[in-house]
Parts: sequence; structure tokens; C-alpha cells
Amino acid sequence: MTAQFTWEAMSFLSKYGMLLDQDRLEDWVELFEPQSEYKVYSRENEELGLPAPLMWCDNRAMLSDRIQSYRNVNEHNFHWARHIIGMPHILHAEPDSLHFQAGYSLFQTNLEGETRTFSVGRYDFICDRHSDELRLKRAWVIADTGLIKTLLAAPI
Amino acid sequence: MHIDWPRKDYSQVPFSVYHDPELYQLEMERVFRGDCWSYLAFEAEVPNPGDFRTTWVGDTPVVVSRSDDGQLHAFVNRCSHRGAQIVREVSGHCKTDHVCIYHRWCYSKKGELIGVPFRRGLQGQGGMPADFDMKAHHPRALRLANYHGVLFGTFSEAAEPIESYLGEFGTGMIKRFMHKPIKILGYTRQLIEGNWKLYAENLRDTYHASLLHEFFVTYGVDRATQKGGVRMDDRHRHNMNYAFSNSDTQSQAQQAYAGISGVELDRMRLSDQKILAYQHEFADGLNLATPTFFPNAIIIQINNSLSSRQIRPKGVNAHEIFQTLFGYEDDTEEMTRHRLISANLVGPAGLVSMEDGEAIEIVQKATRRETASHSLVEMGGLGPIQNLEHRVTETPIRGFWSYWSELMGVEPEGGIR
Repeated sequence: MTAQFTWEAMSFLSKYGMLLDQDRLEDWVELFEPQSEYKVYSRENEELGLPAPLMWCDNRAMLSDRIQSYRNVNEHNFHWARHIIGMPHILHAEPDSLHFQAGYSLFQTNLEGETRTFSVGRYDFICDRHSDELRLKRAWVIADTGLIKTLLAAPI
Repeated sequence: MHIDWPRKDYSQVPFSVYHDPELYQLEMERVFRGDCWSYLAFEAEVPNPGDFRTTWVGDTPVVVSRSDDGQLHAFVNRCSHRGAQIVREVSGHCKTDHVCIYHRWCYSKKGELIGVPFRRGLQGQGGMPADFDMKAHHPRALRLANYHGVLFGTFSEAAEPIESYLGEFGTGMIKRFMHKPIKILGYTRQLIEGNWKLYAENLRDTYHASLLHEFFVTYGVDRATQKGGVRMDDRHRHNMNYAFSNSDTQSQAQQAYAGISGVELDRMRLSDQKILAYQHEFADGLNLATPTFFPNAIIIQINNSLSSRQIRPKGVNAHEIFQTLFGYEDDTEEMTRHRLISANLVGPAGLVSMEDGEAIEIVQKATRRETASHSLVEMGGLGPIQNLEHRVTETPIRGFWSYWSELMGVEPEGGIR
């Protein structure tokens, strides 16, 4: 069974990263349940036991607002994103939910081809299972890279 | 050092000030080690004896520490022996003494050198010279001032008392924010590839706020049409942009921003409005208050999000913005949650603040080879630097340059103060 869960989580993560890298953020939002949480916070705060987030959306509508704001309102540095996501580690599996973690690296490349390491950290995801499909109930992104270069506009 | 100011009222700023490495070295001496006070941290970050937190004054690493008698101390984080960092953690609690790992030289929580291993040698051999005096080798201490829970430090014996440095305006604003015990909610960090003074200017630039940060305008969090203004201390070194909540109408704002390319009031609607919710919590009715303290700090209220930001220069071409988010000890769980949701507005991912990083970096890039040219700081008028009852102005930027030039000894002849 573990192999199957791992495969499911891997497939999910590859889609998650691909949608972000292709700038399909509206499709990426559809990976979330309507009642779900997306939170990016630093490992520094986590280890200090302090709650301040970098981004925190406590439902999917709020996450859509973030994406709309990114598209229409906020200014940011032009770049392409590339997520490299490691093997998931299954923490807990139930027939209708899956809890797993995975390391990620996020590179940013500017429009003249210069690449920088933008963020590394880990995903801590709890997904609901709907027949064959996983949907995010709780997505925590714990960034080792607490020092944000320039700014953080698009989700990780 | 000489700066060729085009005007005596600092309404034109030579681009060399963001790029000259010699100037950077000089300002680390004359500004950050000069006769002014730098923001260090909050007292709430070191509540108990033994607690410590590392911070920066300019690019000098500093430790803030509370000793067993409850007193607060600030000292340079450098071992007197070979120059290694004494404290390597970012913050924490020290049970006994601070020990440099290199040769285990030992420092008290007050920042005094109190132990040197093998000082007398072994069996009559080796050791330090007999007249070596530990008291003559303490790490350099800063004068520390605790103003209502906000900690400031200075290297200067000549710096004026903190109350007079902050002035009526600064002391009033700190008392406003610190009117009851605060609770630290966490930190954010942003690395901006630009000279630190571009950020100091940005904090004094009320003109950009509602233009660059379109989110402000779109949702009426902060618009130039609101009742508000800018205030400075008598020496124009500290400043504040302020606005009263709900003091303009949608149609006033629509009229004012009509035709400004890139800013649209009705561009989008939020499906979840709670990010904009504001619960009145200060007697003065302000929903936006941003007292900025020369040279390195701001305490910032945007609705119910409260934080300080410290500018940490990282060489002539970069700086870090270290933000400390806080609430109050007596906040309900619900209020803390609301502050954390409001935190989406501020910081490196803040819906109304993220753009500063990009704006500063594109100035740094584009001015590198144009150091003989200058910027224009003319919005809001020329000549005297004074408080204004409106916010279409850059006047406080001129105040910054005036005081900076005084400390640096680079004022033009007849430069205004």
C-alpha cells in the first residue's frame, strides 16, 4: 500500500509543481478544497514557535484573491519559476486522506536567463481523496529560505 | 568627502550616493556610529535574565542581552581576542556566560570579558603577559536606551538623550504603539539588491504609496484622497505618513485616480473581505500610521497589522529588511488570528508592500552608470522642509538628506535644515 500512496503523492506533487512552473495559477488553485488552508511561513518562525506567516489563506476563495491580485494588482520582478520537488514521505494514510511531506527547491530565472535559488524548504500537505483524485485540505510551505530575495508574489 | 548637491534644499539627489563605496564606509562611521540612535529590538524579545538577541547597527553585529540583575546591555558581537563572533545563535537564552568557541574566551551577560583559558599558562610556562588586564578588553559597548519597550543604541557619548532625539513626535508615536505590553508574533526577512538609503527614502515617500502599491488604492486601505498628511520632528530626520480610515468617498477617489495609467479602482473585487477588516484600536482614529526613525527603523500600522522594520545595510549595493510582527499580550485568540490574516498585507509577500523590493532594485540597476546625474525630489514643493496636511509629497525625503548630510559633514553651503 505504501508504494501506492507514495505514487499518488508523487503524481500530485508533479502536477502541483508543473502548474506553478507553467504559470497556470488558476488551475493550481483547483488543487485545493473550497475549505482549505494555504500557508507559507519561515522555518525560523517555526523553530521559535512563532505564528507569523509570509502568506496565509484560510480558504480557497482567499487563495483565488491572492492569484487575482498577483495577476492584476501587484507588481513583481519578471521571472520564470522552476520547482524541483523531492520524493514524498508518507506520514499518515487513511482511505479518504493522505498526509505527506516533501522537500522542494524553487529557482527563479529572469527574462535574460539568469537563474538564482529563490527558496528551499518542505511541503507538509494533507489531502482529501475523491475517488482517484487528491485535493489539498491543508498546504503548509515551510521555507528554510526565510530571507526572501526581492519579494514573494507567486505561491510556492 | 564632498557631495556636489545641485540644490541647497535637497530637491535633487546625486545618484552617486547609492553607489560610492567610500561614502558607504563613511556613513557606517558618521551615521551609524555617529551622534544618533539606531533601533535595536523590542524589550519583549529579551524578557528574562539571560535572554539575548542579535541585531545590527549599520553593518556592525550587535548583541542585546539581559543580565541577571535585569539590566539590558548592547555590545559588539566580536571576541576581543581574534575577532570571532561571540554569539552565533540569532536569539536565545544564555544560562551562564557567552563563550567564544575559538579559544573559549568568556563574556558575561553584560558583555564584559571575564575569562581567558590558560591565562597564567601551565606549570609556569606560556600564558598571557602578567599585566594583561581583562577590563581593558571588553567588547565595545553601546549606550542603550529603553523607550517604553523599544530599544535604541548608539556608539556615541555625545548623542543627545533619547527623548530629545525622538522629539515630541517620535516619543508620542512610540507611546501610542507601546501603550500596553506587546506580544511578538514572528519575523520576516527581505533581501533587496539596492542601497539602504533607497529604503530610507521609500519610507518617507508618501507619493509612491498609493501609486506603486495599487492594492492600497483598489481597496481604499490608503489613498491620497483620504484625510491625512505627513509630520516630521523639528530636525526633519524622523517622519510619519498618516491617514484616517473612511475619510474619503469612492467617487472622490475615482475622480482623483482617473487617467493614471496602471492604477484602477475597480480592477478586482475580493471574494473574501476579511483581509481588509479593520477593528479600531487606537484613540487617534488612524488606520495607517508609519512613524519612521532615523536612521534605520519604522514602526508601521496598516489596519490591524503592527510591525517594526529594521534596515540592515549589507554593503553598498544591498540591504535586508528585518520585520518584527507584534500584537498585544491581552489580544484575544480571535484578535491574534485577525492580526495574522492582516499580515498578508505587509512584509516581503505583503499585498501592499512587496513592490518596494522591486522598485528599489530597478533604481539601483538603472543609476549605476549615471552617478553624475541626479533624481528629482520636487513633489510637494521646494525650499523649506515642513509638515503638510496632504500626502502628495516627497518633502520628508528632503528632510532625511538634510540630516544625513549634517551627520556626514557634506552639507552644501547654506544647506537648509
